[in-house]
Amino acid sequence: MANPAHAAPGEHAPHAGHGAPSQSWLMSWVMTSDHKRIGILYGLSALFFFVLGGIEALVIRTQLAAPGQHIVDAATYNALFTMHGTTMIFLGVMPMSASFFNYLIPLQIGARDVIFPRLNAFSFWLFLIGAIVLNVPFILTPFVDMRVIPDGGWFGYATLTEKAYTPGASIDFWICGLQILGVASMAAGFNFIVTIFNLRAPGMTLLRMPVFTWMTMVVQFLVVLSFPCITIALVLLMFDRLFGTHFYLPEGGGDPLLWQHLFWLFGHPEVYILILPAMGIVSEVLPTFARKPLFGAPFVIFSGITIGLLGFGVWSHHMFTTGLGAAADASFSVTTMLIAIPTGVKIFNWLATIWGGQIRLTTANLFALGFVCMFTMGGLSGVMHASPPVDLQQQDSYFVVAHFHYVLFGGAVFGLLSGIYYWFPKMNGGFLSESLGRWIFGILFVGFNTTFFPMHIVGAAGMPRRIFTYDAGLGWEIPNLIETVGAFTIAVGVLLFIIDLLRSIGRTDGKAGPNPWDASSLEWITESPPKVHNFDITPTVYSDRPVWEKNHGPGPGYALAAVDEHIHIPPPSLRPLMLAMGVGMFFISWLTAGQFFMFGAGMSIVALGAILYSSFSWFLEPGH
Amino acid sequence: MSTATAGHHEPAAEYAVTGVPSYKLAMWTFLGSDCFFFGALIGTYMTYRGKSLNGPYPLDVFAPSVTSISTFDLLLSSLFMVLAVHYAKEKDIPKMTLWTLLTMLGGLIFLGFQAYEFSSFVEEGLTLKSNIFGATFFVLTGFHGAHVAIGVFLLGALLWSVRGGHVADAGITTEVIGLYWHFVDIVWILIFTLVYLLEFTK
Repeated sequence: MANPAHAAPGEHAPHAGHGAPSQSWLMSWVMTSDHKRIGILYGLSALFFFVLGGIEALVIRTQLAAPGQHIVDAATYNALFTMHGTTMIFLGVMPMSASFFNYLIPLQIGARDVIFPRLNAFSFWLFLIGAIVLNVPFILTPFVDMRVIPDGGWFGYATLTEKAYTPGASIDFWICGLQILGVASMAAGFNFIVTIFNLRAPGMTLLRMPVFTWMTMVVQFLVVLSFPCITIALVLLMFDRLFGTHFYLPEGGGDPLLWQHLFWLFGHPEVYILILPAMGIVSEVLPTFARKPLFGAPFVIFSGITIGLLGFGVWSHHMFTTGLGAAADASFSVTTMLIAIPTGVKIFNWLATIWGGQIRLTTANLFALGFVCMFTMGGLSGVMHASPPVDLQQQDSYFVVAHFHYVLFGGAVFGLLSGIYYWFPKMNGGFLSESLGRWIFGILFVGFNTTFFPMHIVGAAGMPRRIFTYDAGLGWEIPNLIETVGAFTIAVGVLLFIIDLLRSIGRTDGKAGPNPWDASSLEWITESPPKVHNFDITPTVYSDRPVWEKNHGPGPGYALAAVDEHIHIPPPSLRPLMLAMGVGMFFISWLTAGQFFMFGAGMSIVALGAILYSSFSWFLEPGH
Repeated sequence: MSTATAGHHEPAAEYAVTGVPSYKLAMWTFLGSDCFFFGALIGTYMTYRGKSLNGPYPLDVFAPSVTSISTFDLLLSSLFMVLAVHYAKEKDIPKMTLWTLLTMLGGLIFLGFQAYEFSSFVEEGLTLKSNIFGATFFVLTGFHGAHVAIGVFLLGALLWSVRGGHVADAGITTEVIGLYWHFVDIVWILIFTLVYLLEFTK
């Protein structure tokens, strides 16, 4: 995807540090600190894990297609839905969003890279290590005599996840993987917050930033403030499992509800970490294809901020059935309903944006419009179970499964697909197939609704989630069969998408040109794909739609001052991967300590040594 | 990850639209995040306060005079840190070295007190497993102690890099590590108040 001949000498030849030795293709990717390449690495990994999570979903749907089936047993089923949820959230949607942050944020704010490029590479490698730790149990299973695939549900409720109730190492793998992923996400969060604040091109005030950049910043704040909560929750659970504490065990004075509070203090902001990037993407795509500015852009931005802030005050709506009392239920119900206001503002602003526009129904735009419709449906069912009495009926039923798939698949995934179709020409130089894209959108849209709409009905009819099979005669057979047909329809759509993607990646013919969609933000003034240093001359920005105004008026939009800039591109580095391996090993040592304590303790000392060595050599590395 | 090596090109990380150097902004962001780490732990401690099913209870083990001395020592080290930052900005490296060493000493003494406190508590029967007070106390204060230890390490690395000429601007680098040090002290004030002093109110 990226142009391998990065450092082509030219008029503005980037200063490539201190004599980077000629590298193999593989090492040039392993040692890269280029935000565009890291973005592509995130994207490809996300796609891989999205397919993996999708296969898990297909097995689940096959099992549930008819009553009384035993294609998988109950224990395997537990592992499947746990890994499906964990994979899709942490290894599918989050890294796909990270792919867009990485590729686009420096381009959108007129910068040459993120502020700490090696830290950025570190985040990616650590993410990959965390993803491997979560999935390696699938490979380990035939060789060990215990359950190792995480099987406690994606929210891992105590006391189920305690040693007494889940022996074996399955929960240990889950804890370890999530802790590693948390460190990776937080490191990226610090990086992007500082990048967005400090690396904006001259003239790009905060309110001139593209809405996608804004939503990215809100998401990074959510990441750095919410991941600590789950990290502490996981540390306490790890202490319970390893050292015999009783944080979540009532017999020792602990309280299982503490887990739920800490988890959902992370878990609800996490929902917005998943959806806000998609909202940012749609806020870029809809105006471009309506050839109008985003209606009330500051309102969209401030609504995003409001959603982020309110996201920290609603966590207990996941816990209405735990009996927190009328006062807590009422207040969390109100704060939850409040979130519908900024969300509604966004939806109406998107509608007002396309109202009266010259709409081009490209694939990107179709996915964006699909996002608005499907997300609205998911949002409405969300407001329904914001009401505690309604939630008491719907809790743990398929109605909830329908709700969050409407916001996360119909919402987040459709938004991300819209973003892929929209920015692929920028990343690749050539387009994805538009004609096939319409088919893919159609198949996914139909398949998605076929799969998830009937879940509202069976959920309301009382079908609980997380049951591995069900009896005939409850009226659930037909909807479940339809859902399974829908799931395989989605699989066809995804398969076609991947075929088209792989087909198109090689075709870097540059046909797209810098600005194929006549869009408005700064990434569209660079070549497609952009040079390694992004901009020959840093643009000076005069508008929130610089490229549009430059092309269509009325203002100057942006200007390229003919200044002699010294372009510094840091040389490739192996340190990010080394440090990531050290940090990863440190966490894995705790995982092994569950079974072999001395081995784990020794390993953690070795890991600390590796961390020390790689940080010092990182610090002393010339040219950065 | 401190400011880039002196003698190379102007590090991109010093270019700052907001006027706040990027390493400083990154540290502030990290401290905001760390607030939530400590917030979750202190919240856990306070939730479980007085919920132990069996002893030893806080008043059985706490020795307020000992902890008061270690608290005074840690707060004093913050004063040393301020002086180290001051002399780093004045580019008076010998004095900066002196005050940084004293700050580190303050941190090490605090860690010594904590080691003594932990071992005497264990002798009196308070462990991670003994009751919920033991679990919450050791995890919270241990997490804080790890922060102090990392701070001492960072100060050592700071001295090594400033004296070795590995940082472009000793003033900013010292200030950024100073932010961390003060934050860890402020958290201790909270912990000392909520965990220790609160036990001695009527």
